[in-house]
Amino acid sequence: MSRIGTITRRTFMVGTAAISGGIALGFYAYKEPIDNPLLDGLGAGEAAITPYVKIDQNGVTIITPRADSGQGAYSVQAALVAEELDVDLGAITIDPGVPSAAYFNGKVIAEGLPFASTDMGTLAKGARSMGQVLGKIMGVQVTGGSSTVADAYEKLRIAGAVARETLKQVAADKTGLAADVLRTQDGRVLLPDGTSIAYTALAASKVEPISKVTLRDQSDWRYLTKSMQRIDMVQKSTGTLTYGIDLRFDGMVFATVRTNPRLGGGVRGFDAIDARAARGVIDVIPVTGGAAVVADNTWRAFRAADMIEFDWGDAPYPHEQADMWDTVSQSFTKAHQDSQFKDTGDVDAALTTGETLSAEYRIPYLGHAPLEPLNAVVKYDGTRLDVWTGTQIPLFMVGNIERLHGISADNIHIQNQYMGGSFGRRLEDDYVQQAVEIALSMPNVPIKMTWSREEDMTHDFPRPMQIARASGAVENGAVTAFDLAIAAASTTASQMSRIGQPAFGPDVAIVAGAWDQPLAIPNYRVTGYRAPALVPVSSWRSVGASGNAFFHNGFLDELFHKAGADPLEELLRLCDHDLSRKVLQAVGEMSDWGTPLGANRGRGIAFTVAFGVPTAEVVTVTNTPQGIKIDEVFVAAEVGKVIDPVNFQNQAEGGVIWALGHAMNCEVTFADGMAEQTNFHAYEAMRMYQTPKVTVRALENGPDVRGIGEPTVPPAAPALANAIYAATGLRIREMPMNKHIDFV
Amino acid sequence: MKIIVNGIEHTLSVEPEMPLLWVLRDELGITGPKYGCGIAQCGACSVMIDGRATRSCSVPIGQVDAPVTTIEGLGAPDALHVVQEAWIAHQVAQCGYCQAGQIMAATAFLAKTPDPTDDQIDAAMSANLCRCGTYPRIRAAMKTAAAALRGDAA
Repeated sequence: MSRIGTITRRTFMVGTAAISGGIALGFYAYKEPIDNPLLDGLGAGEAAITPYVKIDQNGVTIITPRADSGQGAYSVQAALVAEELDVDLGAITIDPGVPSAAYFNGKVIAEGLPFASTDMGTLAKGARSMGQVLGKIMGVQVTGGSSTVADAYEKLRIAGAVARETLKQVAADKTGLAADVLRTQDGRVLLPDGTSIAYTALAASKVEPISKVTLRDQSDWRYLTKSMQRIDMVQKSTGTLTYGIDLRFDGMVFATVRTNPRLGGGVRGFDAIDARAARGVIDVIPVTGGAAVVADNTWRAFRAADMIEFDWGDAPYPHEQADMWDTVSQSFTKAHQDSQFKDTGDVDAALTTGETLSAEYRIPYLGHAPLEPLNAVVKYDGTRLDVWTGTQIPLFMVGNIERLHGISADNIHIQNQYMGGSFGRRLEDDYVQQAVEIALSMPNVPIKMTWSREEDMTHDFPRPMQIARASGAVENGAVTAFDLAIAAASTTASQMSRIGQPAFGPDVAIVAGAWDQPLAIPNYRVTGYRAPALVPVSSWRSVGASGNAFFHNGFLDELFHKAGADPLEELLRLCDHDLSRKVLQAVGEMSDWGTPLGANRGRGIAFTVAFGVPTAEVVTVTNTPQGIKIDEVFVAAEVGKVIDPVNFQNQAEGGVIWALGHAMNCEVTFADGMAEQTNFHAYEAMRMYQTPKVTVRALENGPDVRGIGEPTVPPAAPALANAIYAATGLRIREMPMNKHIDFV
Repeated sequence: MKIIVNGIEHTLSVEPEMPLLWVLRDELGITGPKYGCGIAQCGACSVMIDGRATRSCSVPIGQVDAPVTTIEGLGAPDALHVVQEAWIAHQVAQCGYCQAGQIMAATAFLAKTPDPTDDQIDAAMSANLCRCGTYPRIRAAMKTAAAALRGDAA
């Protein structure tokens, strides 16, 4: 047996409990480290020095356990390891690895607690570090919450450094030289005499992993903070990248599924006589809530599925949109109160003085609709179940398969795939469970299950519809009271129910992006009300903040105008968080705030701290005879450090375009219990002709490295609404905004 | 029934109403063209038929009477088309799922409009949906590609 050493699990543990710049990583003190999953099934001549680095005679593989839905997670993870490992990013292979608790995400829970990310008090910090522990104990291998870079920034550099120093020790043992005279470069250990040994030639040797490493100074970095070419860029520009939907195996069959569009309503029966007789159809199989068609071609499966006559059950929620709105509207009661994390001053008293204002805001359901329709390839051989799919939740998926289908976790093997978008949709695994059902009834045959776009659009887990009621007061040109009440169904409770778990306590998502803002309004209250569950809901890019920022910034802007104050000046006056003030100042400078724009034009500003990132945006619009044209968007965001400037800009820009497109043009509405928007003709979001110029500036003043996949989403819609008000005098308090004004 | 894809002739025995997209993907294993909507709304399936950008999801195979070029036929990782070079230089892709279609639409457009204005680019490309919001980079890449195709100095 010739792997790196008789690497025991224990020696790996020592390896990861490394020292970073002299500071021990706190969370290792709480609990024993976790087994290295790479040690299972290592072949001869292969080494797995940490859970992130695998070396054999053919090359170096970097394990990238955070999923890539287009946000560049694979590239940034590889770069963080490569920086310390001294390998050429162009010469390594990446592998998403197997689901494992070793790949727990310490940040995603830590930032989901009811403490504002700007709160640096003892309790908040303590809770965050306990969140890390919780993430580890629960084995939360989740990609989400803009946490990939935040979680990986130190962890993966340590993994690279441990592997590098270990390889140097192997070379030292082999050559009789001292390890400290050796250097490393491009996948080789360099000896003082000018010769070198490839890492790949060292993998078959025995060694104990190094237990202490020092991370390099930023001035020595080769990749990080510099613009990198993403590792998937050439493949994505040549049609040669294999997404889950492109997989093909020998003997594979092609399936699709139809389930009740009245979500959760079940199926009383179906008549598939015509479908079974259709060309290419191999079988029609009942699945939970509907039926699957298995055929020799995806299109034939789609066509046959159209021929099935279903007798659907009733929707377990109000069937009509108006009744859904009534349900949410009736939730502003004491019995439904879910949280009141923010209650400063005496709001009720303050609302009796000065000039007061009240308003109601609404946001609709919004679907994720990643461009790659949901799909999964599954093969079951009677014992072993293989799943190839793109997922943000590989470990929860294993647990769900075990729970729902009775297959032991040891026999479940998941290979994560590149995703054609997700935006939160692949935090759910409903499509995978359907594919598993099909595979279980067709053992030994790989089945590829692909949803039609219509199935995808009508079976999303949308962002919840929400209503906000706001009141406020102004006096002497300043905001004196701000009272925001938000009612929504609980995303967290809905999600937890699908992994068979209860959700305890208040749902932070109902008020995220509103209660936790660093503004010193003297009388300031944010109350969350939990509306009854309607359709199943889930996380949509930037989650609660995506809508709550619209309420918070929109109504603040109303108060600023009522007070006769300049919105940026008043935000700066109220903001008591230094990093956030700098963001506001930056966006003011970028957008020439305060200078005249000319006739029929307007500027709007919005500011939100979400996922620990203070982000300020200014939108400029022109009110043309044909409608509103969005001219420009300026974005300033504080992220601590930009790991890859190109990808940073791409994500920041993409978040703005995502937010504006949906704010202008999109909603999911229900009639007769079914989503009415069945394809992109009715759900367009942004297209190129409406896309403004977006200018992004990163600020790097803060101590923590943060992710940018989501934080630019929340302020974009309210900045647009505020700009429209400035240009036209029309105050828009409801999305989609095209219900109230035309856009060109 | 015969079809020429990327210069190679294939003989098929499928329903004439089967969309070209599914012939390419499931019958021929050519997966660069993507399924996104099936109703010509997103453009992820765009290919060229006789040089014209076409939504392969909405063209029955029985009506295809000219050679088909997919993204795989435009260029390859070691032999990139100028438009692909521009896409890589500008790092356009995020999830990348729409980009084969975007590149095919852009290539067909630039062949007819070598010096496009911003408005022309917007008009031509607004039929191709990108959920990630890569439009600003698509615009920039198209200008670079247009200049290269015209032979302008970079």
